[in-house]
Amino acid sequence: MTVEAREARQPWILLSPALSAVALLLFVPLIFIVVYSFWLRSAAGADQVGFYLDNWQEALSDPFYRDILLNTLKIAAITTLVCALMGYPAAYFIARSSGNKAVLLLLLMLPFWISYIIRTMSWINILGVSGAFNSALMAVGILDEPVQMLYNETTVILGLVHFLLPFMVLNVFVSLDGIDRNLEDAANSLGATKWQAFTQVTLPLSLPGLAAGGLLCFVLGAGTYITPLVLGGPTDAMFANLVYEAIITQLNWPLGSALSLMLLAVLGALVLIYNRYLGMAQLMKGLG
Amino acid sequence: MGWQLVRFWTLLVYTFMFLPVAVVVLLSFNASQFGSFPMTGFSFRWFIELAQNEAILRAFRTSIVLGLMTAVISTTLGVLASLALVRYRVPGANMISTLLIAPILVPEVVLAVALLLFLNFLNVNKSFTLLLAGHVIFTLPFVILVVQARLVGIKRDVEEAAMSLGASPRQTFFQITLPLMMPAVAAGALFAFTISFDDITGTLFWKPGGVETVPTQIFAMLRNSISPEINALGTVMILLTVGLPLLGLAIARRMSTKRGG
Repeated sequence: MTVEAREARQPWILLSPALSAVALLLFVPLIFIVVYSFWLRSAAGADQVGFYLDNWQEALSDPFYRDILLNTLKIAAITTLVCALMGYPAAYFIARSSGNKAVLLLLLMLPFWISYIIRTMSWINILGVSGAFNSALMAVGILDEPVQMLYNETTVILGLVHFLLPFMVLNVFVSLDGIDRNLEDAANSLGATKWQAFTQVTLPLSLPGLAAGGLLCFVLGAGTYITPLVLGGPTDAMFANLVYEAIITQLNWPLGSALSLMLLAVLGALVLIYNRYLGMAQLMKGLG
Repeated sequence: MGWQLVRFWTLLVYTFMFLPVAVVVLLSFNASQFGSFPMTGFSFRWFIELAQNEAILRAFRTSIVLGLMTAVISTTLGVLASLALVRYRVPGANMISTLLIAPILVPEVVLAVALLLFLNFLNVNKSFTLLLAGHVIFTLPFVILVVQARLVGIKRDVEEAAMSLGASPRQTFFQITLPLMMPAVAAGALFAFTISFDDITGTLFWKPGGVETVPTQIFAMLRNSISPEINALGTVMILLTVGLPLLGLAIARRMSTKRGG
């Protein structure tokens, strides 16, 4: 073999373990559940192999699934909006601060490292019947009896925001940090007020970061089932909870496959639209 | 004025992020019977009970073994792939990058279902193997992103200098490239371990009955009520998951300054 041919083969040898892992453990399984979603759950024994449209008919026509899907998208949208409103100014502060940016950023990233389940359950200590809020309100005499503030849609959103906010801040920060500050100065010297310079120069230039953060918050938020289980009430199930129910509790794997694929289709469409207009590069910057 | 407002807002955001965590740590030292306010005194009793709780210790062992194995496999695959992508001109490199990070573009629930059903079809039931396969596949993209970002920073000049001084490609790799890569490798492994250690979404689908990792154990305990033991466990987890990366970061920084990389 020539040196060139060997040189050309080397990267593929290096890539093959990772590529085969992704193919075998992600792409083939995804194709497999497409097939599985057309099988039929049988009352006893193995699922019936074949081509049945029953699961899809149930998943797509039952208003129960549709309502929960819409509600899931609504919760994800509100979560994303709140993350943007809370995260943008914080990211701006970190990017423009004269202090130690690295430390400020690291501080905000610390919760990102703290276990998701711990952070989610920590709100029970704050808002629960014997939590910090109730104790404080009773101590100063505003409340006579503790009030249950937990287990509703608002606390689900609260938990999600707490979980996803660092993703937003990081992405916006990366974007803001890359903007040449002379641009703002130039706008100012040409007569723009600070606010005008921000809304007409800085904000538009930071939109890619905001979009990347928004995509992450939305997709991760819409795909969760743990937060509603810990902080939601019995009626606050999100779409991923339905998947969990079908697969783990009811052992209805064909229906579970169809529901998973529905979730993938909706969230995948968002990722594709994002990729079409903004490209994956921005997202990679924020993640790496 | 505007800047003061932004500063105040940022302070609120930091408070929002840290307050619940701080309360977990505070309550874990509460002497009271219940895992809640009021604080009745300072005590280590919940940590002592934690250390004697067989179920939790077992969960810790499972999580640590799983995390270590995930880190080793994921980092090996990830470093090899990153080397190929950074060091060689690969046709379709963008496409390959996207394929490799696909596991984080697919919602984790969907990945969990697909892997569970497919491996079950291949007669791999819910088991440690399934759990490991799952953890490897969703930590891999993070490892690749982190390692790739660091690898770009290593200058090829040093390698070329070694080669021109007569080192073979093999010698150059083991004596120059690999040591320079160590911070990247360490960062990738640490990332994989932490993500694996923290995972619950996929783990609940993949774990066999009776096997618990630390997060699923906490989740199971939450079903009853929030006991002071959970807060103590939370404090230990916080120390581990925050302490380890910080330690790793410090080591990586030290190594890179020492080597002048």
